[in-house]
Amino acid sequence: MSNFIDRRLNPKGKSLANRQRFIRRARAEIKDAVQKSLKDRTVSDFAKDQKISIPTKSTKEPRFRHDNGAGGEHERVLPGNKDFVEGDQIKKPRQGDGQGRGKDAASGGDFEDDFTFTLSQDEILDIFFEDLELPNLIKTSLKEIKTFSWRRAGFTTSGAPTQINLVRTMRNSFGRRLAMKRPSEAEVEKLRQRLTQLTCGATPNAENREAIAELEEEIARLEHKRRWVPFLDPIDVRFNAFEQQPIPTSQAVMFCLMDVSGSMGEREKDLAKRFFMLLHLFLKRRYERLDIVFIRHTHDAQEVDEHTFFYSRQSGGTIVSTALEEMKKIVAERYATGEWNIYAAQASDGYTQTGDASRCVDLLNQDVMPVCQYYAYIEILDEREMEVFSSEESGAELWRAYRTVAKAWSNFATKRIAKPQDIFPVFRELFSKDAAEAKT
Amino acid sequence: MSAAPITRAVEPLFNGAEWDFALLKRVYGAIEDLALNDLKLDVYPNQIEIISSEQMLDAYSAHGMPLMYHHWSFGKIFAREEVSYQKGWSGLAYEIVINANPCIAYLMEENTMTMQALVMAHACFGHNHFFKNNYLFRQWTNSEAILDYLSFAKRYVSAAEEKYGAEQVEAVLDSAHAIMEQGVFRYRRPPRPSRAQREERLRKRQQYEEESFNDIWRTLPGTARDMSADAALVDEDENVGPQAPMNLPEENLIYFLEKHSPSLKNWQREILRIVRNVAQYFYPQIQTKVMNEGCATFVHHYLMNALYDRGLITEGSILEFLHSHSSVVFQPGYDDSRYYGINPYALGFAMMSDIKRISEEPTEEDREWFPEIAGKGNWREVLKHAWANYRDESFIQQFLSPKVMRDLKLFAVRDKAEDPIYTVAAIHNEPGYRRLRTTLARLYDIATHQPDIQVVGANLAGDRTLTLRHNRYRGIPLAPNSRDAVLKHVRKLWGYEVTLEEPES
Repeated sequence: MSNFIDRRLNPKGKSLANRQRFIRRARAEIKDAVQKSLKDRTVSDFAKDQKISIPTKSTKEPRFRHDNGAGGEHERVLPGNKDFVEGDQIKKPRQGDGQGRGKDAASGGDFEDDFTFTLSQDEILDIFFEDLELPNLIKTSLKEIKTFSWRRAGFTTSGAPTQINLVRTMRNSFGRRLAMKRPSEAEVEKLRQRLTQLTCGATPNAENREAIAELEEEIARLEHKRRWVPFLDPIDVRFNAFEQQPIPTSQAVMFCLMDVSGSMGEREKDLAKRFFMLLHLFLKRRYERLDIVFIRHTHDAQEVDEHTFFYSRQSGGTIVSTALEEMKKIVAERYATGEWNIYAAQASDGYTQTGDASRCVDLLNQDVMPVCQYYAYIEILDEREMEVFSSEESGAELWRAYRTVAKAWSNFATKRIAKPQDIFPVFRELFSKDAAEAKT
Repeated sequence: MSAAPITRAVEPLFNGAEWDFALLKRVYGAIEDLALNDLKLDVYPNQIEIISSEQMLDAYSAHGMPLMYHHWSFGKIFAREEVSYQKGWSGLAYEIVINANPCIAYLMEENTMTMQALVMAHACFGHNHFFKNNYLFRQWTNSEAILDYLSFAKRYVSAAEEKYGAEQVEAVLDSAHAIMEQGVFRYRRPPRPSRAQREERLRKRQQYEEESFNDIWRTLPGTARDMSADAALVDEDENVGPQAPMNLPEENLIYFLEKHSPSLKNWQREILRIVRNVAQYFYPQIQTKVMNEGCATFVHHYLMNALYDRGLITEGSILEFLHSHSSVVFQPGYDDSRYYGINPYALGFAMMSDIKRISEEPTEEDREWFPEIAGKGNWREVLKHAWANYRDESFIQQFLSPKVMRDLKLFAVRDKAEDPIYTVAAIHNEPGYRRLRTTLARLYDIATHQPDIQVVGANLAGDRTLTLRHNRYRGIPLAPNSRDAVLKHVRKLWGYEVTLEEPES
């Protein structure tokens, strides 16, 4: 009468398909909520599971309901009477008290709460990066395919013995043997046995001899046919075929360049860090392998590890071009352009030694930009400066110089950031699909 | 009050909280023995599945069914349950049980052995007996076929998504869900889904088409290939479309639209049919919440105590059981912050235990109120009769005793929309009992929760306007926002104008 089944090892997440449908359905609301909640988050908890709350507009499921607040007469039964007796009158809570319609309205009427649930990290990133695209990605990867992978491409009649496909080969062989009516081993064996019976038994007489002769002849014929129709013919043999298929380059390197001279304070560094982290998350979703190179500079540039990059101090002047030199050197040494997609993000407060800006422009135009997929220059200002430099055209020397580069190269972008809240919008602006399309 | 003296076992079946499959089987055997030979229950064979809590959450989101077509609303339920479970706002149910033959019960692996025993008694015998015997379930659901049908439905919906696009299918499902409550037959027997044959026919048809596929036919003028494939899905013998007789008024909106909508394609009609069949399957459960849970709770309470009386479970176990049992049947008062309506477990269990009491130790009052059962000692038969032949409304009307009303301290409150006050209409005392009982019974009448909406006219000769009528219950109108939203969905399915009339009287 009973049957116990252990289902614990069955796959869970059976309702994943429903969840995806739900998220697709509420996409617009979820996106709004994610954007809103991301504004003031630090980058480090940007990519964590997160509870969000969305209005129920697009996920409402309307049903015909009685309007319990409007007309008609209700009678309810409640448990837990303490001191009421029949005929007692209880004042209704006033409408507008916030709970005027009570629980019945909540469950039965038109009223519905905001809907709160948890989004996983992947879902958040999906939604956040949804309409962002890497500029020039397709163009370059098509142009510079250098790696190939093998993939199956059916069967061929020639190939290396190690690639022989036994199933196909034997199937062909079997079909051919059937078609050519090749006598089977068993058939011949049966005749042989009969022959042995005849020869071993009584002494051969005339009748016998005739039968024996017939049998021998038959066996010889079958043997001949067996030789003539071989078990395995070269035309049966099939080999697995493989062909080379180009795969797009799936590795990238991200250069983070930052000015660490005295003029860059904690605030500026923090803003720069947020931007770098965001770029890193974004690139990581696109590339199997992602290297990061941190180059910091004052009047002199060096490659450092992440911690040093963000937290250690160094004093000195500011010569931006040294960082570009360093980057150029590292690219030449380690990242041959064919195999690597190179991205660079530079953060600076916009000051550099007089005359250095033009050197930067030369370096960018001649050496850096030709090998880069994308170069983003982020100028970190304080809020007062932001107001002064409200126009794209005005700015410090480096900004003006970089504007000329941006005009020459479609994959070079310059942006200004003054507050943490600017980072997400600026980032989205840099990578939004429309912008990417407009540029290419 | 069984005649045979109780023999006490030497050893209890188990001591700790741990369980394994051998032990589950032994305990199940002991419970089964009591359920079949003492309570004389009549059950479907049981299929007991052990699942993890994640899987329980999965099962939650699709009406507790092991199979269900995909729809975003199930994802929404899942997302909500997940949050409330992770936050600890609500524990998961210890079990889910499915009205099917064999009766499928899910047990969570986290449960202790005592809880597993409780759940087996509750689901595998309490609910199972109710499903098999209650007239509503016997009459309206087809427990043999439900899983087959759901698996057909799931495959059909995903095939339709592939063929016509997920958005198209979703739109139809959205609209159908909106009128799901109006998609059941209440007063006549629904036509049975011919699930297996239907699917077989479709499969054969498609197979034939695949085998006999010749691209050249495509070039012939006037062949609508996909229409011919769809035609296999709807009953060939049924009249579909505008020419069929309409039999107005029609209470089943989905059925009406499925058969008579001038604008739906055949695959859309089939999806309506699926939603309608699912709604019909769940319809009895809505009407028997108190009875179903009361039956299961009464059965587990009786069986667990019987196990203890026979020394088959330890004192620790019975205390653990009583702890969770009393939280299941806890009824907070109306002014308690935990109050969320009348707890069906509490009411059902109280009423059924009281029937047993009346049968065994009646008072004068009971003899007056229930002369047929008081003191007769045949509570097993009385309960089984009630489980088989009543639903919540009629059960309360018939069996709610003054003692239960006093114990729960029930009182009735009248609320007229235009009055600034509520009036206490009846309380748990001699003049109030009957009124209280009738009022409570009526609250379990489905008409108090689900508006009565019928199709009364379809002007097919003219502008094809569909007319619905809301027959007001006690003069209560429909909530306007949701009404308009649902009507939009009905319009989508009908394809033309839809009006709703709400006559005052």
